[in-house]
Amino acid sequence: MAEVQTTEGNEPLHQLLTPDGTAELDGTLSLDLTTVDVRALYRDLVLTRRLDSEAIALQRQGELGLWPSLLGQEAAQVGAAHALLDQDMVFPTYREHGVACCRGVDPISLLGLFRGTTLGGWDPYDRNFNLYTLVIGAQTLHAVGYAMGVVRDDAVGSGDADRDTAVLAFLGDGALSEGETNEAFIWAATQQLPVVFFCQNNQWAISAPYSTQSRIPAARRAAGFGFPGIRVDGNDVLACLAATRDALRRARSGGGPTLIEALTYRVNAHTTADDASRYRSAAETEEWTGRDPLTRMHTFLSTEGLADPDFFSDVDKQSDALAERLRTGCRALAEPGTTLPFEHTYADMPAELRHQMREHHDFVASMERSEASQ
Amino acid sequence: MMLSMVKALNDGMRRALESDRRVLLIGEDIGRLGGVFRTTDGLQKDFGEDRVVDSPLGEAGIVGSAIGLAMRGYRPVCEIQFDGFVYPAVNQIITQLAKIRHRSAGAVCLPVVIRIPFGGGIGSIEHHSESPETYFAHTAGLKVVTCSTPQDAHTMIRQAIASDDPTIFLEPKRRYWAKGDVTDAPDLALDKARIVRSGNDITFIAYGPTVDTTLQAAEAAEAQGHSVEVIDLRSLSPVDTETVVDSVRRTGRALVIHEASLSHGMGAEITARIQHEAFYFLEAPVLRITGYDTPYPPSRLEHDWLPNVERILSATDRSFRY
Ligand SMILES: Cc1ncc(C[n+]2csc(CCOP(=O)(O)OP(=O)(O)O)c2C)c(N)n1
Repeated sequence: MAEVQTTEGNEPLHQLLTPDGTAELDGTLSLDLTTVDVRALYRDLVLTRRLDSEAIALQRQGELGLWPSLLGQEAAQVGAAHALLDQDMVFPTYREHGVACCRGVDPISLLGLFRGTTLGGWDPYDRNFNLYTLVIGAQTLHAVGYAMGVVRDDAVGSGDADRDTAVLAFLGDGALSEGETNEAFIWAATQQLPVVFFCQNNQWAISAPYSTQSRIPAARRAAGFGFPGIRVDGNDVLACLAATRDALRRARSGGGPTLIEALTYRVNAHTTADDASRYRSAAETEEWTGRDPLTRMHTFLSTEGLADPDFFSDVDKQSDALAERLRTGCRALAEPGTTLPFEHTYADMPAELRHQMREHHDFVASMERSEASQ
Repeated sequence: MMLSMVKALNDGMRRALESDRRVLLIGEDIGRLGGVFRTTDGLQKDFGEDRVVDSPLGEAGIVGSAIGLAMRGYRPVCEIQFDGFVYPAVNQIITQLAKIRHRSAGAVCLPVVIRIPFGGGIGSIEHHSESPETYFAHTAGLKVVTCSTPQDAHTMIRQAIASDDPTIFLEPKRRYWAKGDVTDAPDLALDKARIVRSGNDITFIAYGPTVDTTLQAAEAAEAQGHSVEVIDLRSLSPVDTETVVDSVRRTGRALVIHEASLSHGMGAEITARIQHEAFYFLEAPVLRITGYDTPYPPSRLEHDWLPNVERILSATDRSFRY
């Protein structure tokens, strides 16, 4: 095993796949590979990365206003997502593009928020994947409340695999410092809620290194609140899958919350608007690029004979097709109409707001007419 | 010297750090990075990590600890990264910061400045374009001010830091990069409005990000034969009622322009004051050109949603039709 002692607080780092792509046994995590579609994991890693790089390209071409890249975090996201059942609910931040895709959210709909055509983009109930939350930490409490509802619906510990439900909340390392996150931990702990907090410790919150937020490893926080915490290698898709599966199963069966710290690295700048060279060294980034989550899985599949060249070239084809779809789909996203901000602001639009909406609509239409006649 | 508003704020804070060792800056990403807008660029390098503090990610922590620092005699200047992220700190601001002087019968003074980049128009995603001024202006015990030029940014940030009252300092982020001449001489008290253009027929009242748009509209209205006076309110709480009322008594017409939503906003407050103190001088009702009563829209719609020159001109026509 792989209880690698890391310098940051000597918290064991659980791993099933070493950076060079060799499978390892771990004392805590176990994964019966016959129950896992390892090829699907690899495919989703590749598609997730392609979505990300394509979105960055679209941003550079002016098609998107901004993009928060997940480069380097593919394994954490794909691993966690593959542990979900359909009935589970996900509360993402703004960086969980990989989880969204695995969940079946149309990748094109992820672009709208960043293109400025919508404030949402998809129906959260459609794939049990909530809207992105940009306000750090806020979603952790929503996950808690949703889990309280799950408990009240007797959808925990019933033993019915189609009924028992868990909630998966994503957060970053920076989010650990928000009061709301800590309140969420307390609520989850005291009520033993079926919620799993999946913290991608990508080691940076914009320019703030992890040491700005904490003196102890994230996983160890959980003990203070009274529930288990585990640190896994966030660049090891198998470890992320195994840890999340365990935690979600425990949650569904009534065993309460878990905090998973997936230790990974944000390889790109915080967003396309950020300049990481102002606060961290290229050498550090390079070192982490060397622990690439895709390469590791590629090596594993090839050396174990789990996939052949045809499989890999097929994945590449799917990836190219996705890129093409994104390029056309992004440009084809519907432009919002002038009345959009007014719609759905209330269940029933107040008369006053309806009046504002008409006035605004007529005004914009009159401007367009006068522009057209010039 | 010609400076952008960002540089003017930076220089204003530098002067404050130089002249008073009790001044310190706290915020997310303000040190190494120099702030996401680079407003504090270079200040940590020059004044050290004790005086330019990269905080953990938590706005309640930033403002709450600033209150404690102020109780210990310091003059903290907090940076909130974006308007939409001030809300976790609102409890500390409203229940504590605004009230402690009053509760302690003046014994405790909290000279805390909270800088917030605010307003829209930069093509940003949600929570990055909000206008939260009314929440603060509605709270007794807080001063709320905003600048519209590099000169005012430079002067007002220093005045705010020197003020013994807690001050919400709103920075119109879409004006951050426009350059203007900056001199060293403060010419106006922090709580005074400024007449930025003189005229006789109608008064346009704006602040922060809408001042420039309003000046453009005034130019266009002038071309249509209306002589427009433009007031930059600068202080939203307290309001310089005198400057506003004096102007409207002369012109008889007024428009209030702001990005924040219409209802219960600054426009309502200014309108009430005018109708109270200039009722017999009014030729037309005071009109408000504002954001609508909706969430801030996706950026593709923001140009039309925000008060723009066309909307101001159309309201001007309405005013003159009375
Ligand atoms: C309440 C709040 N404060 C500040 C911000 C501005 N902000 C956006 S992302 C970010 C850093 C988040 O870091 P982390 O939680 O580690 O997630 P990561 O971006 O690394 O995925 C900050 C400070 C915000 N979105 N919400």
